[in-house]
Amino acid sequence: MLVHSRKGKWTLWALFLVLFVPLFALPLLVIVAASFATNWSGAFPSGPTVEHYAAATRGESLEALTTSLVTALAASLLALLMGSWAALAAHALPKRGKRLLDTLFVLPVAVPSVVVGLAVLVAFSQPPFLLNGTRWIVILAHTVLVTAFAYQSVSAAIVRLDPAYEQAAASLGAKPSYVLWKVKLPLLLPSLNAAAGLCFALSMGELSATMMLYPPDWMPLPVRIFTATDRGSLFTGSAVAVVLMGATLLVLLAVSRIRTRASYR
Amino acid sequence: MSGGSDIGIRFDGVSVAYGANTVLDSLDLTVERGEVMALLGPSGSGKTTALRAVAGFVQPVRGRVLIGDRDVTDLPPHRRGVGMVVQSYALFPHLRVEDNVAFGLKAQKADKAGIPARVAEALEMTGMAGYAKRYPRELSGGQQQRVAIARALAIRPGVLLLDEPLSALDAQLRSGMLAELARLHRELPEVSILYVTHDQVEALTLADRIAVMDQARLQDCGTPQELYRSPRTEFTASFVGNANLLPVRVGDGQVRLGDAELTVDTAGVAAGTTATLCVRPHLVGLGEGVNALRGTVAEVQWRGATHRLYVDVAGQRVKADVRELRVPPALGERVALHFAPEDAVLLSAGVSADE
Repeated sequence: MLVHSRKGKWTLWALFLVLFVPLFALPLLVIVAASFATNWSGAFPSGPTVEHYAAATRGESLEALTTSLVTALAASLLALLMGSWAALAAHALPKRGKRLLDTLFVLPVAVPSVVVGLAVLVAFSQPPFLLNGTRWIVILAHTVLVTAFAYQSVSAAIVRLDPAYEQAAASLGAKPSYVLWKVKLPLLLPSLNAAAGLCFALSMGELSATMMLYPPDWMPLPVRIFTATDRGSLFTGSAVAVVLMGATLLVLLAVSRIRTRASYR
Repeated sequence: MSGGSDIGIRFDGVSVAYGANTVLDSLDLTVERGEVMALLGPSGSGKTTALRAVAGFVQPVRGRVLIGDRDVTDLPPHRRGVGMVVQSYALFPHLRVEDNVAFGLKAQKADKAGIPARVAEALEMTGMAGYAKRYPRELSGGQQQRVAIARALAIRPGVLLLDEPLSALDAQLRSGMLAELARLHRELPEVSILYVTHDQVEALTLADRIAVMDQARLQDCGTPQELYRSPRTEFTASFVGNANLLPVRVGDGQVRLGDAELTVDTAGVAAGTTATLCVRPHLVGLGEGVNALRGTVAEVQWRGATHRLYVDVAGQRVKADVRELRVPPALGERVALHFAPEDAVLLSAGVSADE
């Protein structure tokens, strides 16, 4: 408790609400409000309806939701696998090698995602790696983009892991592979889980790289929202956005439930 | 595992260095089978490094490490067959007590059917049988300590390495665990124990022999009685128990401190040289007697059962632990102290100055 006086606490709460509500909560509320409206010309939306949701959970929109979920799931699992592998390998390297890997894995974050999208497009438009026009190019681009985050969060967790566990296991006769599966990975599980959630959420919302790559039969939800609002269907777009938000939050909630069961301290 | 050999652990000229910084300097030491060897020294003395060289977590730059009659210098830690208990216990937090204890057996692919019995045996031995289903976080420090020992013993190692195992416990638990460790050692007479500690009481209580380490080197090695009663160096004298270390001029059969003439055994120390006289404070008495030291009282500390007197004698401060006095001397009062000739050890300057 930094502030002790009752008055000070109330002032801080008020300041928090004044800053938080307009910046974070209101825009989201506006989308929710718009998704139920047919008309918004005054201060408040009018003509309440649930028709947009009927449209947002059917046909093309439903397909786009499935596309997004599958893409995000595949990309985050691949990213988790590669990111953790690389982080574990980097930890075993001498200092210079580790720094090199750290730099390599920060690249997809440092480079604008449009550029990553373009790079993937150019790289995989020629045989023998002809992925352009397939769903795989979208999944690949998402994987590249989110692996960096997986690498960083797992890497941070490995550094925090007390080497005494590994050494105790080794002194008990456990081979390095046994130590990895039975000690290190279980102890890293909460961090792996958090990394998976982060990757999933990032992939669900990815638009700029996806725009450059998606084939007609693999349109993720953010692209669908963009095209809908671009055509002027603001209220339908809002409803689809709320669906995207809801789906992502549901998955994150499920993931965090697993996490509380997996944390030991 | 250690075959018919009488060697438990042997250090053969083992040096460990990080860059130019030597943390263990050509250690030669043999721990016999079934022996408890304490590595005693201040922090940074190289004692933990020596233990880690046995476990395989540091690689010596020179020398060999033997366990039994096996040269393990180039073996990875998991092939050395040592049990280890560290200060932080390092119990696996995601495993129940029984799975922690079974870990080594499963890792070594021991016969599955035999595992529960050996886990139960190890837990029984450490008095933790009732806690098999608990998680480490549900145990107190002392209980975690017992589980860590059970886990190390379950693999039936020929060698047990204990790295400051009691330093995270409070004083009362510590003396209880010391007794437990002594009992465990009686029950497992074949196991060699290397016990790293900075606490002289632990070393004196538990060890068959003590190796005193300082500044990356082995300073002295012997039974607790030898080191305590007749230390060979000033460092040993001051680190194993308390000691008055007084600079004296050596004569023939006697030494001089200021103008006091003291009768002590001067064998092995040349007459006319300067040497250090080592007398334990609790062997110094108050009042006149043979080997009297007269001086003024500088400080008096009451310690319940004893009084600790600090007396300035010929520019030296002499400590004396005497049985609680009804009327302790006042500060500045002139008093006499005495000690029996056989209670003093004369350390020649040559021996103490080798560091």
